[in-house]
Amino acid sequence: MSELNDELNIVIFGATSAIAIATARLWAEQSANLFLVARSDEKLEVLKQDLKARGANKVITYIADLQDLSNYSNIYFELNQEFPVIDIVLIAQAVLGDQQESENDSDLLLKEMELNFLGPVKLCNDLVKRMLESNRGTLAVISSVAGDRGRKSNYHYGSAKGALSLYLQGLRNRTANTAVKVLTIKPGFVDTPMTENFKKGLLFVQPEVIARGIAKAIQDKKDIVYLPWFWYFIMLIIKIIPEKIFKKMSI
Amino acid sequence: MKADYLSWGRYPILEQRGRVFLNRKLPVNLDGSSYLPRGLGRSYGDVCLSQGGDLLLSKSLDNFISFDKENGILRAEAGVSLEEILKIIVPAGFFLPVTPGTKFVSLGGAVANDVHGKNHHCSGTFGRFVKSLRLWRSDMGFVDCSPTENKDLFEATISGLGLTGFITEVEFELKKINNHLIDVETHTFKNLDEFFELSKRLSLIYEYTVAWLDCLSSAKNFRGVFFAGRHAEVKNVDIPLRKKSLPLSFPFNFPKWALNNYSMRCFNEAYFRLQSGKAEKSQTHYDPFFYPLDGVKNWNRMYGACGFTQFQCVLPNKNQHASLKRLLGIVANSRRASFLTVLKEFGAIESPGLLSFPRAGDTICLDFSLKDRKAFTFVKDLEEFVCSEGGALYPAKDAFMQADSFKLFYPNWERFSKQIDPAVKSCFWDRVFNV
Repeated sequence: MSELNDELNIVIFGATSAIAIATARLWAEQSANLFLVARSDEKLEVLKQDLKARGANKVITYIADLQDLSNYSNIYFELNQEFPVIDIVLIAQAVLGDQQESENDSDLLLKEMELNFLGPVKLCNDLVKRMLESNRGTLAVISSVAGDRGRKSNYHYGSAKGALSLYLQGLRNRTANTAVKVLTIKPGFVDTPMTENFKKGLLFVQPEVIARGIAKAIQDKKDIVYLPWFWYFIMLIIKIIPEKIFKKMSI
Repeated sequence: MKADYLSWGRYPILEQRGRVFLNRKLPVNLDGSSYLPRGLGRSYGDVCLSQGGDLLLSKSLDNFISFDKENGILRAEAGVSLEEILKIIVPAGFFLPVTPGTKFVSLGGAVANDVHGKNHHCSGTFGRFVKSLRLWRSDMGFVDCSPTENKDLFEATISGLGLTGFITEVEFELKKINNHLIDVETHTFKNLDEFFELSKRLSLIYEYTVAWLDCLSSAKNFRGVFFAGRHAEVKNVDIPLRKKSLPLSFPFNFPKWALNNYSMRCFNEAYFRLQSGKAEKSQTHYDPFFYPLDGVKNWNRMYGACGFTQFQCVLPNKNQHASLKRLLGIVANSRRASFLTVLKEFGAIESPGLLSFPRAGDTICLDFSLKDRKAFTFVKDLEEFVCSEGGALYPAKDAFMQADSFKLFYPNWERFSKQIDPAVKSCFWDRVFNV
């Protein structure tokens, strides 16, 4: 909380992704101060107007391509000016590439890994220091159920998310005795532009459902949250299957 | 048959293809196909269905653009729902200037049907509060319209059922309120004369009035419950603003025998007695007052797979409301049960759209299950009755009106037809417009 009033200082990376927008809207209704980082100035402008109308106290937009890790220090500089203290960091940038393509093109694979894993790791490593100094705040990072087990249909994306989950686990261990919380968010199937070409089955939910789950998990100071809740049980079963059997499956 | 896009009455059923209007600043490339704008699909008949055209969905246009709290003016993309709008404006001390009976309609849909509500006698239709809108057309690209800019297109777009183009943005005036509560006065009535007496008296002092009617009563007397409300000046009860949404839902279609004369008579009896017992005056949250059915999601499934039609007409009130009385007599004699019958007197405030339905007179809303062939002829007979009495039917609810009736009901049809986007294809328009 900022010293003078109840508005939370929240920074969102990958702010124009569907889940990030839905979550930002919830926080806007609570009059939060929002620092939004994304690539498209047009989408950011539309989002800024929307969040202000919904009740956000302050909305600052920062245009940056999070694929370019060398640029992050500029973002931090701007962020430090605006938010002396950070209450919530939401890391939401990711790309679900065409695995057929990345299997044939290692450079593409590595670029996707950069955005999906290395970028978030860098952000966490840099920002957690600040948060530990002020001894407050939640680092909430969107991972995925895909990171719980490597499956041939999705292991490029999945392994980046899996590595991310593991990193966050270690970070959580590091910060456990402080007031800084590290939240790993694991959504299942969500109806967003990322899954545009998927056949939408019964398990798909709207980004608003995930957003409510994220906001609640942060409020309840959770460590790991599967969204919706039933993915916890689905992945429990997936993880239990012995490797000898799983490696022959096609899911 | 794959039926992803239905209308609310679940009749007729056509295979539809949807595509999304992604961004309010980017035009759509139709690749030569026709289209029909579609919001949340809450119209009942076939105004939101297209034979051969793509349904152009507004669901991605869900951004607010600006909220001027000083002057009470909101600008938003057309895919924003009235529910979303209320969530933002009520805590800021504002309400919708006019609201229909459900909040699950899009802003674009509210304009395209020029919706009306319980306050019609004071405020007229939604379109009266629209200051400006932006439209996308296949032949003109993005066009801004208002009472002073592209006035002809503006008048056609309000109530225009999406036929004049795809509404992308709407700016409209809000109404100031003190809190989220409604002062309600409830009365039962034993016949229509009592209804009209209540309506005349209470419409002078209450902004919102409507009656639910039991039309399975005997052919002579129609009993019902009259509701009158106004925004509360002072809070007398402790009701929180945010309430948990009810988990009730109809996940599947009821069998078609579930709603019949007997089950409905029981319901009507129970409901009438329940309302008779209620205190005359009370205070309630705005939600159950304005949106009683929204608490049960997918209530339209109650009618079963055969679907239903909602018959809403307005009839002239001359000769002591003779037309309405005759209509109710016909309905009662048919033994066709209407589950939700709503009655209201429209005021004389002129509606701004060329195809606007509300006009001075008595409006009644009846639901009829389409479970047998005779239902279709019955609705046709009612339509003829409305024509002969000089009334009108509401396109947003209609699945049947014929071309001749349409021209009678909407004398501005020719002026309107000049404003249509040539690439739009609508089942409703195919039916009612033959050159």
